[in-house]
Amino acid sequence: MAENLIKPENLVYKKTSVMTDKVMHYCPGCGHGTAHRILAEVIDEMGIQNETIGVAPVGCSVLAYNYFDVDMTEAAHGRAPAVATGIRRVFPEKYVFTYQGDGDLAAIGTAETIHACNRGENILIVFINNGIYGMTGGQMAPTTLEGMKSSTSPRGRDIKTMGNPLKITELVAQLPGSYFVTRQSVHTPGSVRKAKRAIKKAMEYQKLNKGTCLVEIVSNCNSGWKMTPVQANKWMEENMFPFFPLGDIKVPQE
Amino acid sequence: MTEEIIIAGFGGQGVLSMGQILCYSGVMQGKEVSWMPSYGPEMRGGTANCTAIISDNSISSPVLNAFDTAIVLNQPSMDKFEDSVKPGGLLIYEHNGMTRKPRRKDINVWAIGAYDESLKMNNVKVFNMIVLGGFLKIKPIIEMGNVIKGLEKVLPERYHHLIPLNEEAINRGMSIISQENKV
Amino acid sequence: MKELRLMKGNEALAEAAIRAGADAYFGYPITPQSEVIEYLMAENPAERTGMVVLQAESELAAINMVYGAAGCGKKAMTSSSSPGISLKMEGISYIAGAELPCLIVNVVRGGPGLGTIQPSQSDYFQAVKGGGHGDYKLIVLAPATVQETVDYVKLGFDLAFKYRNPVMILSDGIIGQMMEKVELFEQQARSTEEPEWATVGKKPGRDHVIVTSLQLQSEEQEKVNLRLQAKYREIEKNEVRYETIMTEDAEYLFVAFGSAARITRKAMEMARAKGIKVGLLRPQTLFPYPYEAINKLADQVKGILTVEMNAGQMVEDVRLAVNGKVKVEHFGRFGGMIPNPDEILNALEQKIIGG
Ligand SMILES: Cc1ncc(C[n+]2csc(CCOP(=O)(O)OP(=O)(O)O)c2C)c(N)n1
Repeated sequence: MAENLIKPENLVYKKTSVMTDKVMHYCPGCGHGTAHRILAEVIDEMGIQNETIGVAPVGCSVLAYNYFDVDMTEAAHGRAPAVATGIRRVFPEKYVFTYQGDGDLAAIGTAETIHACNRGENILIVFINNGIYGMTGGQMAPTTLEGMKSSTSPRGRDIKTMGNPLKITELVAQLPGSYFVTRQSVHTPGSVRKAKRAIKKAMEYQKLNKGTCLVEIVSNCNSGWKMTPVQANKWMEENMFPFFPLGDIKVPQE
Repeated sequence: MTEEIIIAGFGGQGVLSMGQILCYSGVMQGKEVSWMPSYGPEMRGGTANCTAIISDNSISSPVLNAFDTAIVLNQPSMDKFEDSVKPGGLLIYEHNGMTRKPRRKDINVWAIGAYDESLKMNNVKVFNMIVLGGFLKIKPIIEMGNVIKGLEKVLPERYHHLIPLNEEAINRGMSIISQENKV
Repeated sequence: MKELRLMKGNEALAEAAIRAGADAYFGYPITPQSEVIEYLMAENPAERTGMVVLQAESELAAINMVYGAAGCGKKAMTSSSSPGISLKMEGISYIAGAELPCLIVNVVRGGPGLGTIQPSQSDYFQAVKGGGHGDYKLIVLAPATVQETVDYVKLGFDLAFKYRNPVMILSDGIIGQMMEKVELFEQQARSTEEPEWATVGKKPGRDHVIVTSLQLQSEEQEKVNLRLQAKYREIEKNEVRYETIMTEDAEYLFVAFGSAARITRKAMEMARAKGIKVGLLRPQTLFPYPYEAINKLADQVKGILTVEMNAGQMVEDVRLAVNGKVKVEHFGRFGGMIPNPDEILNALEQKIIGG
């Protein structure tokens, strides 16, 4: 029965060819896969697969270079914006993106993030904020919420000793070098469509050479948060979104 | 006496903690012990294993490529470790979820239905303790009293009321394990 | 009463730090040593002893926090694994240059680059021959058991303060992740001393203290270097530590450190069972290195095999020690692979006995 249905004319959805066929290592329920897909779809739709160079971070998405069928470089932890700067400076006509987690972008790589954005490097930074270090097993991230438990904040994040959760996206928006800064999510069909539109806009802006675009995607980490995927999405809506409100933060003044 | 054991299965089957309990029980019995896990992100939802060594003498290498006993709790683990059992050694496997039987004829093979038994006990969390019971039946290297002391050390205080349940699981494991090949 | 516990190497290390009276730990998560900071956070040493524990934003920041705290005369430490240790190298050079005591732990994983998270000894050169810039030395301790890890935390702080020099514990993924029986030493009080070289706030009647590694005049910088070199010679004279096993009648010799030495010991037992008279020398300090002991054994044995989880690093020091007297070869697995006793024995037979 199923065989009869699998015909070209019945096709309603197809994986973009900008994604490879490698089996993803992400945990079931994780947002990374969706974020990868929409970014790949944008590259596909813009027809820029051969002009795009990506930079993978250190974090759960360290193997992103296996999944995007574009040329990719794997950067050291936190250094992706510097690596991307190097690439875009020698290839000013190409599309360059980084794909980074919160530990990578907002802890060890804060300096690189701030300075790339302040110089207005013409790159796209896709920033996945899951409030935790997923890769290394659930330690506190710069974006871990107050009171939120992690393996290095076992009694909950104590602001007095561990500092405040960092809204780096708002910070970047204040820099003269940033051009388009927005915060999205990928946990519902509607939000996926919106996030994809934002990434597309940001990619298109790269051609204008007007500055850095940063798209934050607030995402879940059900493994690290020790929840089921459904619980994690609910928890994210109830706890992450109030502190990291979705929407555009800096839009180009036309 | 030296017993070199590999315990392998899915993450979540209690593979690592079973090895720890065994080692802590060994400490309680005055033995030398070492426990070495596989580690890293590849373990999330994937396979996990640990090497546990219990000996009367000080232990040299904590990592080994041949074992007196392999306890394998899923098919990938059987595929990986069946050949690592020393000739004349012991292989224990959980038959639930296996697609084939062990092939070796030069080792002792015992099977255990620990998963089904844990369902009968209404508690899949004691799965690994049932397996441990099976092992201790065949290789009584640690006395029950010391296993309980080991459990007290490994389990946080708030779970100590579960120790009798674990003891029952160990006893059930001892009674349900059955031999399939003898050398 | 002695306290016997079954502990993971990384957790035992963290517990030992609290008990050694450490004042501060600064770190950043990285596999296979994240348990150190996780254990410290769970134990809440701020309440137990007043020890400060902080997750820094990077290894770069962490080592510079150590620099600051060490300059205050405090027992400060950090831990990481290979890629993170590379980031710390700049700070370590500054600490060595400013002659401050501190403890640095490297739970080595396979490299280069991001490498693998599995155990390795490929940071031997980095630890022993410099790593950072400038003519400096770390005192390098190489534990082979969880117990030694614990003991070396205490010893490490003692040596660091005795010589005002950074000390590194060179561990690896095996020793960090494995559980063994350990006997923990008793809690030591945190020191209240204020060393005269420490920035503790200027006291009336004394000059202000400057912690620095900078000299504008090269004549002055040379004096600093001469002082450092004199200190290193002193360390070489006093602090060499090693263990020998079955070397009395040995015709052949293994040299191995850390977890590789344990695996080699198993190979040695297998060789002895076959009637091959082989012994093992295990350096416990990598700087200072037991050159003399190895040189003496070279008069007795017919050949030496080093076993390392790297492509051949310590073998260079063994050759220096032996100075051509007998054949010295290396056997190694690397990239996170662990040698097994069979292949070590085989290497001894092929490269040394047969060769
Ligand atoms: C210099 C260095 N320090 C530490 C690490 C270990 N490390 C790998 S991933 C990671 C955290 C990643 O967290 P995040 O950026 O939030 O991404 P996620 O895994 O949550 O997607 C750390 C600390 C490393 N690889 N290199």
